[in-house]
Amino acid sequence: MTAASTPAPGSRLRGTANRRRNEGAIRAVLLAAAVVSILISVGIVLSLIFEAISFLSQIQLSQLFADGWFPRRGQFSISTVVVGTMIVAVVAMAIAAPIGLGSAIYLSEYASPRVRGIVKPVLEILAGVPSVVLGFFALTWISPNVVQAIFTGAKGFNLLAAGIGVGILTIPLVASISEDAMRAVPAALREASVGLGARKLRTSVRVVVPAAISGIVAAMILAVSRAIGETMVVALAAGATAGSLFTFNPLGPGQTLTGAMVSLAAGSDQVTGATAAFQSLFFLGLLLFLATLGLNVLGDAFVRRTRQKY
Amino acid sequence: MSAPSIVVAPPRSVRRQGIDVAGLVFAGALLLALLFSLAVLAVLVGSQLSKGLPVFVDRGVDFLTSDLSSNPAKAGVAQGLIGTAMLVVIVAICAFPIGIMTAIYLEEYSANNRFARLIDINIRNLAGVPSVVYGILGLTVFVGLLAGLGDGNGKTVISGGLTLAVLILPLVIITSAEAIRAVPSALREAGFGLGASRWQVVRQLILPAAAPGILTGTVLALSRAIGETAPLILIGAVLGSFSTAGQLGDLVTGPYTALPAIIYDWAKRPQQEFQALTSAAIIVLLAVTIIANAAAVLLRNRYSRQW
Repeated sequence: MTAASTPAPGSRLRGTANRRRNEGAIRAVLLAAAVVSILISVGIVLSLIFEAISFLSQIQLSQLFADGWFPRRGQFSISTVVVGTMIVAVVAMAIAAPIGLGSAIYLSEYASPRVRGIVKPVLEILAGVPSVVLGFFALTWISPNVVQAIFTGAKGFNLLAAGIGVGILTIPLVASISEDAMRAVPAALREASVGLGARKLRTSVRVVVPAAISGIVAAMILAVSRAIGETMVVALAAGATAGSLFTFNPLGPGQTLTGAMVSLAAGSDQVTGATAAFQSLFFLGLLLFLATLGLNVLGDAFVRRTRQKY
Repeated sequence: MSAPSIVVAPPRSVRRQGIDVAGLVFAGALLLALLFSLAVLAVLVGSQLSKGLPVFVDRGVDFLTSDLSSNPAKAGVAQGLIGTAMLVVIVAICAFPIGIMTAIYLEEYSANNRFARLIDINIRNLAGVPSVVYGILGLTVFVGLLAGLGDGNGKTVISGGLTLAVLILPLVIITSAEAIRAVPSALREAGFGLGASRWQVVRQLILPAAAPGILTGTVLALSRAIGETAPLILIGAVLGSFSTAGQLGDLVTGPYTALPAIIYDWAKRPQQEFQALTSAAIIVLLAVTIIANAAAVLLRNRYSRQW
């Protein structure tokens, strides 16, 4: 055989026509599966936008600035649900940020492999507790035994108990992302710090934490996003099943974005059909979607920064 | 005064000998932060056990086999268990194949082009969308579609299962992709070197090596689906106290409920008896999800390989 009659090795390595056809078909099927996720995103955006626009076109702008959130009475005060959501998020972060970060520093810098092996799975179990369970716990245990024990005037349903419940749910998220970031800090930095005479406290706080700060900030941002979107704890413990007046008081009931959505679907605000009250559900959903999307994109940007650093 | 010594004493700061009070306090505070989570978990489980166990003592399995009822002495979670089981089956059938195929595409097939990056970013963002928003998607798409096909109001276990499947899909994709990425490329290269096609490499080398990781991810995702409540409430899984009499056909096309939806419904009731029932139902739900989670963690620790 001469060199000229031999097919180029590249083309022979590509296999028979049959084999190439099969491979192409498999690739197409896999690609179709991947496209499903894009369709889901498109579906979410479309299902929110059309009904939300329909809602806005049905009401007067002044209804968005009423005294409270009472969808059946046509009062759709945005500030009521936004402030309620923010109170819950602030309380949740006051719990989750220090405790999650403290747990992360301990797990990354102090804990022996044995302790890590025991504690990590427990944190994962806490992360796996369904939110409706934590909601019931917040309502029946945290509210009477913590909130009302400290603040005598507190109501049974209150935003503070809901916030604490949401905070407990977000601790594992903060701990796990922060810990990943701190474990990614090269050992050389710690050794240099110890070599200069710094002890564990100084090494942890002045070297490891600053080096991992992008990841820690990302953990906090993603935790806020999670807290804003958390639904069942608020729906059970915050108590405003039938709308709420505008309030800054965390010791009384209040309404949040997610709580208002559940009320519209199943609570005393339950309505159906193409009424403005029903469609306010989609408007709230759109606000929630945009808020969490913005926070998640921001958080992801910080996560990527940590990964590139070392 | 004698002649100056050549040996210089180390400065005080290096010689430190006393007890490092600040360091101990800091370490103690960190340990407290860690113990907080464990304590919360213990109190949570303990409080539910103390309130819910008497229900099981009084009624035994009757609580698990009875239908919903407005009479707390008779009410049980049988419909919730059936509903949750059916939801899990639908979720597994829909989400696992699509999720694992997407992960294979992203890790093994897609070039690192714009399209692959778009899908990647999209999945990351989907994973952060609050579950209640998926409920809205289910309401407009799945409930609307099934109602359009002429099956009552469309609020059936099928629309519920599809919604939950969509909800956990990003989780399945991300964990499966991580498991596939952890397989060393030497394995791939060896396969290609022997003349295997890409699919042969994936099917016979990559998937078996990544199987424990993928399995762990899918079990965790299922456990998440079992506990999800908010989307189910939006698409009509809360039934108040009426009972569905159950032919199998009615189960698929009729109204449905699920264990977490029952917990939500009972938790809102003021009567003391229902509070105990809520705790009993929570014990059942926690048992299912904690067992699933523990199984996943054990599975991972047992089969995770260092390459």
